[in-house]
Amino acid sequence: MTTPSSLVHARGLTKRYANGFTAVDGVDFDVRPGKAFGFLGPNGAGKTSTMRMIACSSPVTEGELTVIGMDPRTQGREIKAKLGVVPQIDNLDTELTVRENLEMYARYFDIPNDVARKRADELLEFVQLDERAKDQVEPLSGGMKRRLTIARALINEPELVILDEPTTGLDPQARHLLWERLYQLKRRGATLIITTHYMDEAEQLCDHLVVMDKAKIVAEGSPRQLIDQHSTREVLELRVTDAVRDSLNGQLEALADRVEALPDRFLLYTADGERTLEQVNQRQIPIESALVRRSSMEDVFLRLTGRSLVE
Amino acid sequence: MTVLVASGRVWQRNWLVYKRLWHRSLAFGFLQPVLFLTAMGLGIGALMGGQDLAAFGGVEYIHWLGPGLLAAMSMQTATFESTYPIMNKIMWGRNYEAMLSTPVGIRSIVGGELAWSAFRIGSLAAVFLLVLALFGIVRTPLALLAIPFSMLVGVAFSSCLIAFTATQKNDVGFSAIFRFVVNPLFLFSGTFFPLTNLPEPLRAVAWATPLFHGVELIRGSILGQLDPLTAPLHLAYLLVMLAIGTYFAERLLTRRMAG
Repeated sequence: MTTPSSLVHARGLTKRYANGFTAVDGVDFDVRPGKAFGFLGPNGAGKTSTMRMIACSSPVTEGELTVIGMDPRTQGREIKAKLGVVPQIDNLDTELTVRENLEMYARYFDIPNDVARKRADELLEFVQLDERAKDQVEPLSGGMKRRLTIARALINEPELVILDEPTTGLDPQARHLLWERLYQLKRRGATLIITTHYMDEAEQLCDHLVVMDKAKIVAEGSPRQLIDQHSTREVLELRVTDAVRDSLNGQLEALADRVEALPDRFLLYTADGERTLEQVNQRQIPIESALVRRSSMEDVFLRLTGRSLVE
Repeated sequence: MTVLVASGRVWQRNWLVYKRLWHRSLAFGFLQPVLFLTAMGLGIGALMGGQDLAAFGGVEYIHWLGPGLLAAMSMQTATFESTYPIMNKIMWGRNYEAMLSTPVGIRSIVGGELAWSAFRIGSLAAVFLLVLALFGIVRTPLALLAIPFSMLVGVAFSSCLIAFTATQKNDVGFSAIFRFVVNPLFLFSGTFFPLTNLPEPLRAVAWATPLFHGVELIRGSILGQLDPLTAPLHLAYLLVMLAIGTYFAERLLTRRMAG
């Protein structure tokens, strides 16, 4: 049954490719209007396959999927008319100018010329590319191309915007500018679905997250909820020499709720990092450096899957 | 938005790119037949002076050759338009992926690309016909039929080539198409010499290939020798080729684009 208040409704959603590979294995989720919904997971977790099914560009193998109250199997064209899609790899038209990219794309939605022109003006301003309107696409920086792709995805005033790894491959400055624009978009009431393998992106942008790993959803909630449920409040990161590392014999485990031994450091999960650090010092364990920080989605992911997000 | 309107948008996108260089394209389209007709028609034709012209339907060699070249040009243009540019839109530039995120569907993409191919070849055929008129080869208003006939040759080839391109993972296959399909057809479809000069079995093969039928239609219309008995057969051949090509273009492109 479709919940009336969900823009995307999936139950037992499965994608199996012709070669037998199961990319998405029976996932359930609901995307609420006006929220930013995130799929967090490492490469190959099934995020893009899920996106492609929602965007009606890849057929559903099994299970139930409703997008904006419609069935992608039979109403793909109607759904696409109301979607904005930002693909993982840019597919701007490099033979057209920046402005032509928007206006031509508008024509694919059968938007009249005068409306297309007006929207192109507004969107170029929104993504801060108005000064590049007459330029070709190729000389634009990676960040500018992404912003243009986002502007293009908004040309049909979509009810739902799908962004597949919107900031992968961008430098930090370009990422922050993009996040800021997406945040503005959210404030205007747009519904976003974002896939990412960056925990900071997920925390910054998403109201609700599902964590995917190996074709399945392994956890779900707001970033805060997920951290509260699957991690401690704080984390103490300790670096020690190899000699010390070999002589610890489980001493650290007694000091924290949980300890992760990474190749280059220990993560001690604890409610109060400073207090734990004091206890480490009291036991006269010689450390090279220590850092107390709040738990993040990275810790949640590590806890849920035993692996780091970005490998 | 109907499939037809969406096809128009796909056509429009190509026009948007092309309109920046249409004059260059048409200038080249003018120059090429001029060079060919001068070299082969006048140059080689002069060697045939005084010989029996019955094999050429009773006209000078250059008059016989010109329309054949127009048919061959239609095939070659279709081959260029429907291999690399289509591959680019499938793989390298991902244009189709972008279009398919909108209400534009595969059928409209195939329709729009065929309409584009028809437009390109139609405009080049008009220029070609002008050159033929300047050489005094055009002798009847019926010659205007050569334009739609050229377009038909073009889309018949384009549809099959789009289907072929949809199955290719890189551009290696294209050079094989040029070498083993386009060039032999160019040489052995009655473009340069009458098929009656070929040994019997080869003549039957030539009859079965598509360009021959285009050559017959286009030459017949320009020289005012269209045979009402055989013309419908040539026409039917090309229309069937177009229908089969379009069917497979849509099918194979769908398979390629929707994983």
